[in-house]
Parts: sequence; C-alpha cells; structure tokens
Amino acid sequence: MRHMLILGGGTAGTIMANKLASALDERDWRITVVDGTEEHYYQPGFLFVPFGMYRMRELVKPRRQYLPGRIKFILSSIDHIDAEKKTVTLSGGEALRYDYLILATGADIHPEQTEGLLDEEWGRSKFDFYTPKGANQLAQFLKGWQGGKLALSITEMPIKCPVAPLEFLFLADAYFTKRGMRDKVDLHLVTPLSGAFTKPTSSKVLGEFLERKGITVTPEFDLGRVDSQEKKLVAWDGTEVSYDLLVSIPTNMGDAAIARSSLGNELNFVPTNKETLKADGVEDVFVLGDASNLPSSKAGSVAHFQSEILFQNILEHIEGRPACAHFDGHANCFIESGFGKGLLIDFNYETEPLPGEFPLPGIGPFKLLEESPINHYGKMMFRWVYWNLLLRGMELPIEAEMSMAGKRVQS
Amino acid sequence: METMNVTGKAIQLDADGHLANRSDWNEDLARELAAQEGIPDLTPQHWTVVNFMRKVFEKEGDAPSIRRLTKESGVDTKTLYQLFPKGPAKRAAKIAGLPKPKGCI
Repeated sequence: MRHMLILGGGTAGTIMANKLASALDERDWRITVVDGTEEHYYQPGFLFVPFGMYRMRELVKPRRQYLPGRIKFILSSIDHIDAEKKTVTLSGGEALRYDYLILATGADIHPEQTEGLLDEEWGRSKFDFYTPKGANQLAQFLKGWQGGKLALSITEMPIKCPVAPLEFLFLADAYFTKRGMRDKVDLHLVTPLSGAFTKPTSSKVLGEFLERKGITVTPEFDLGRVDSQEKKLVAWDGTEVSYDLLVSIPTNMGDAAIARSSLGNELNFVPTNKETLKADGVEDVFVLGDASNLPSSKAGSVAHFQSEILFQNILEHIEGRPACAHFDGHANCFIESGFGKGLLIDFNYETEPLPGEFPLPGIGPFKLLEESPINHYGKMMFRWVYWNLLLRGMELPIEAEMSMAGKRVQS
Repeated sequence: METMNVTGKAIQLDADGHLANRSDWNEDLARELAAQEGIPDLTPQHWTVVNFMRKVFEKEGDAPSIRRLTKESGVDTKTLYQLFPKGPAKRAAKIAGLPKPKGCI
C-alpha cells in the first residue's frame, strides 16, 4: 500500500485530496490530510467582514465535510518533515511515512516580525483583516468609529491576495460614504511597491481608481517600525506616516514546520520549480498554493490552477513518465471596487493583467480591468462556486493555462 | 537598448537601467553605477553587501531579498537603508551588475 500524504487542508490541500481520491486506486493508495485546525474558512470573504457585508460564521465549514470518505483526516500540527527518510513527524511525536508528499501548508500573517506592531494597541487602534479574529475586531471597531486617518499599511511582499488591500480601501470608501461620514475619513495606502500594484497596466488603472476615490498613496515605503504611542509608521529610511486607525497587512510567512525542516527560504516559503511544482532539491515532494516561493500570486485561483497541473504531474510521476504539465503562473482575481461593482484581472508569469472581455472575446460576460456590476456578482457568486465546485475538484469553465483570447494588448 | 559610457567604452543596459551583460561588471563599473545612484563612495560595508549579492545570484539565479540580506550578509536592515537609501535590494543589485530582483506578486 502506498501513501499519499497532504499537509494542509485549506484550498490547495482540499482540492488536491479530492482530485487524487477519484484517480488513485483504493487498493493501492492511502491518502491522508493533516491539518492543525478543524475549521475551513472561505478566506476571500474576510475582506467583507469589517464592513458588515458578511459575518464570520457564514464563512466557515468543517474541513472533513469537504474531504471524500476514503481520506483519512488527522487533526494535528506538524513538528517536522524529514525528506531523506520520507517521514513527517506530528507534534505529538507520531511519524508518518509517505511515498509522495504534498506541502499545502499555506501562509499566515506575522505581526511580531515588525517592531512595535504587536503590542497592547493591537486590536484597539491597530488591526488586521487576514484572520477571523482581526476581521471581527475591526468590524466592531468601525461601527463606532467617528472618523480620522485610516492608514492601510502593507509591511512587505509577498502577501496573500495582493489586491485585497486595494479592495479594502475601495470598500472603506463606499462604507463611509453610505454612513454619511466620508468627509471625516482620510484614506491612505502605505505600500513598499512603487504604485498601486506591481504590473504596469493594472497599476495605472488601479492607481487612477484610488485617485478618483480620494485615496492617498505613499509608495516605496519600507516599514521599519510602528510607534503606537505617537501613532505613526516609521520607514527604515526615517520617513513617517501618521494614523488614527491602522489596518495592517503584516509580513506573510509559510508554516513554522517548514523552517524546522530546513525546507524554506527566509520567509519559510518552499523553493519550488515554477513549472512542475516539485520542491527543489528533494525527491517526491510537491508544493501547492501559498506554501511555495513561486513568483505567482498567493491566491485561491492560483492554487486551483496549480492543482490541475500538479494532478497531471503526480499521475505521470507515479507511472514513471516525465512530468510534462507546466504551470504558467495563471491567476484570476475579482477586485471589489465598492458600490456594487468590481473589476476582474487575469494574468500569468509573462502576461500582465490586460483590458478586454472574459472568458469569451467580445462577449464576456466579465470585463477585464474595467469596473462593472457583473464582476461584483461574479465575486459574490464565487463563494458558492468555492464550496460546491472548486474544493471538490470539479472542472470549472476556466482553463489552468491562461488564454490571450479577449485580451487587448496595449500599444 | 540604452547604453552608458564608462571610460570610453559603451556598456549596454537593460530596460530597468541595469547591466544587460553581467560579464561587463568590474569594480570600477560598480563605483560608476553607485555614483549614478547618488552613492559617491563604496565603503567596505557596501562591498560586503554587493559581493554577497553577487555570490547568491551566481548560485541561485536571483538576487536576495532585504530580509535575506539582513539574515545572512551580516549587515542589519537599518544599516542597509543607510548604505543604499530607498530600496537596498534593488539598488545593491544594480551596483552589483545584476538584473532587477524579480517582484513577488
């Protein structure tokens, strides 16, 4: 009996478990998923919680409910991985031997990595919205806030869902407008990037959006420390930005077990072949989703596209054929822009987000890099798609490989 | 393609203004690139960083991040920003004759 071991039961691990459960013969293969918590959160929904658009309890389901019956689920955190001996040791000391290992351990925020960020003001005047607790606390705080300067600070790249900070500001603009207090709120984006986003065409479009909505951008700001008493962000070069309310996107890091196993880079992300998704330098280990160091977005759509590639490659590998499916870095993200509208971007390693229609050229129905109500509905409908189709490893009408159809190249 | 003239020789640059050919690099050229970035003198600490970057690139094909520089080069973050104001990873890569570090998005 061979053993397929998947570490992490989030978006990436769950999709992969479902795909493999229907492909690998039960007589030959055991499949195990290990995760440290019971709850599977729909993370794209966290963004809406601070504005009362979703409640956290609507975004959570039991992990086991999304894993097929033949899969063994182990509730445990991981102590370390020994890739030489092909074993994973759980925090309780139990060792699991594997034939193939899939690392889908994700990424989490680490406010303790920045001086002065995690102190007694955390949860009072400084919040995150990347955790259930943070998003709930921020929702409570915003209800009673009388206004002032809201600074959204991105500590360092890479972060999960790099468009989420922009969406937060767009939604904040709409939220305070509806409450009749937009004139009392100063919205600021403080980012280490040179503009709103990294890729030129979308950075320009999104930058214009920010400007139109009266959101100030402080680019190229590398956060060195936070001064909670004076309520200011201090960059490494001494530049300062003050705030009344800080919404922080702290440093994102991979799982600590990756560091304990010496499998990660300086942020505990696993160096991974960007095309085959095999972990560099070790045999029979693959990496899926946010856990890798790939230069693609850390996003659910990316985990989904990667899962199709990895699924093919693992099956080829098992049969002793060369892995020939290549991941192209494809990402597809709805960007909520407030007031019931949204944008959509579709891109990969080589092609930046471009304007056009998606998925059908000239028809859409979704508009690329352009605001429209249908994009907003797409985003809202996606929660249903996530629980009912995506996690279950079903085919979606979007190819893993990015298509140029419908995209207009800028001259 | 853009070029820069150093002691009578035309050096080719890429779209980001970094050296197009890594083989063109030498210590004099590094001083010239540093001067363009507003760094008049390369101190031994500058060289520590520049040489560390070249070593990592040689081995791994990409320049290290600031976090990795802090962890492994022996120069702390605050000093890095004093040595290479406004983006040490990017500036040190340019002076080291390496392409702009790949962005993470």
